[in-house]
Amino acid sequence: MIEGFGPYLAAFAARFQVMLQYRAAAFAGFVTQCWWGAIKITIYAAFFADAVRWRSPMTLSQAITYTWLAQAFFILTPWAGDPEVAAKVRTGAVGYDRLRPLDAYGWWYTNSAAWMTARAVPRAALMFGLTAVIFPLVGLRAWSWRPPADAEACALFAISVLLAVLLSSSVVMLINLCVASTLTDRGVNNLLPPLVIVLSGNLLPLPLFPDWARTALFLQPFAGVVDIPVRIYFGGLAGPLAWTGLGLQLFWTVILIAAGRFWMGSVMGRLQVQGG
Amino acid sequence: MPQILVEGLAKTYRVAERERGAWGAVKGLVRRRWRSIEALKGVTFALERGELVGLIGPNGAGKSTTIKILSGILSPDGGRCEVDGLTPWRDRMRHVARIGVVFGQRTQLWWDLPVIEGFDLLAAIYRVPPARYRATREEMVARMRLERLLDQPMRQLSLGQRMRCEIAAAMLHEPALLFLDEPTIGLDAPSKLAVRSFVATLNRDRGVTVILTTHDMHDIEALARRVIVIGNGEILADGPFEALRAGVLAERRLHVDFARDAPRIAIAGVAERARDGRSLELAFDPSLIAAADLIAMIAADHAVDDIHVVEPAIEEVIARFYQLHGAEEA
Repeated sequence: MIEGFGPYLAAFAARFQVMLQYRAAAFAGFVTQCWWGAIKITIYAAFFADAVRWRSPMTLSQAITYTWLAQAFFILTPWAGDPEVAAKVRTGAVGYDRLRPLDAYGWWYTNSAAWMTARAVPRAALMFGLTAVIFPLVGLRAWSWRPPADAEACALFAISVLLAVLLSSSVVMLINLCVASTLTDRGVNNLLPPLVIVLSGNLLPLPLFPDWARTALFLQPFAGVVDIPVRIYFGGLAGPLAWTGLGLQLFWTVILIAAGRFWMGSVMGRLQVQGG
Repeated sequence: MPQILVEGLAKTYRVAERERGAWGAVKGLVRRRWRSIEALKGVTFALERGELVGLIGPNGAGKSTTIKILSGILSPDGGRCEVDGLTPWRDRMRHVARIGVVFGQRTQLWWDLPVIEGFDLLAAIYRVPPARYRATREEMVARMRLERLLDQPMRQLSLGQRMRCEIAAAMLHEPALLFLDEPTIGLDAPSKLAVRSFVATLNRDRGVTVILTTHDMHDIEALARRVIVIGNGEILADGPFEALRAGVLAERRLHVDFARDAPRIAIAGVAERARDGRSLELAFDPSLIAAADLIAMIAADHAVDDIHVVEPAIEEVIARFYQLHGAEEA
């Protein structure tokens, strides 16, 4: 069975290695995410200090940890399609993909997953180094990325991040397919970011939304990308709730992959390979 | 049983028609008009294992569409096609594992990866057993002289170097059938020669069936024993290039360098085509006068320095052929 995945693993490794080369991009992204993170945590600090009578669903230090984690894994938030797919569709190089004895969906999926994770790893490492290691050492403990709630939370968090990658890749695949059927990445890449950044919890932790919206926000697919793993990490989702979170991530991943595979079949049938 | 069987292949593209200007674009938003383009109107041919066939035709004739259907990228609207018993677009996965394809205007190797890693990745994609892969790779690297290129990323290579790598890459899974779509486009003379001799060797030594499309008639002259001419989505001719030449341009030519100024030649069935000082080019009809007789007659009357028979340039034959069939690019 493992042997069957050989080509896909090789493709993942190759793309991962190529994407890791972009050090300047990783550093620039890291700086941007620090900047936005800093703005957000200062706003939360002011907000928590003034709202004395408000029964907050999370503490300030949890909100700060939430923010740094969300910033660290910002690149895993699926708000744009894989630029390589867009380029292939535009130039007609997608014809070569059709010439590979591979499952077309699996091929694009592994490539997109590698594209996202390779960019996330250096950014997350830098963010961890700065906000979890350096901040406490220089006396900024109150503003730092705190350790996980306990060992169980840490283990479940690892699983949840893995599921977040799979879920996020399945969303990116839907974006890719949208690009492939409209032959341009402009439309969908402009439309999605505001939606995804809000619904994933990146803009504002989902538990801080009004009570009436919380259940719906927890159940929608984008919660699994940021909100669920982060809340598992600091213990906001523990015990049965944590398992519910993991279940939701898995559920949405399966649903979105099934939808993507179905769509891929019809898009590939219609795609006229350009040029030549 | 032929390796490739194509019967009545038809393909129509539907393209959106847009009226000119801004108002036309607005109208297109509300009601779109479609126009059909018949790229293939019933193409039929058969190929035996080990053949090397040149597929030629003007731009937009349907060559690439034929190749795309045969390689499983496109599905046709009508007709039948079998390659080694498989229908390319229906048994895509099994079919593409057995073929190699090179598009001269695209790259299949990864732009940012060193050549050797691109090879490794292709070997993994085609699930080539490691020992087999190493042997094939070594052979291809030696034949295409790629040793010094292997550790460079594709983007740093020249077009000629890239094409040599591309063709080697297409052979790593040892396909029995190779499609080459304009493999020499834009290459310099040494690279073209390298590509041609490599393709000839693959065909001769490994028995690989090759389908070659090109606009460079020297590719055809050097490689293809059989030529299929496509124009307006139909097959216009299918046979040895010599037969094509004979059918279109019956005349032969004789180039003569005289010792003194070129004289006037008045022999039945012979016409003067060009004169330049002491040299003369004559066109003659071989059915009226044999080349040997003509040479003897000229040499008997005049002092001749040099004399040789000239074949009409292959480009000229093809251009004449397209013209005869009204197949020039629309």
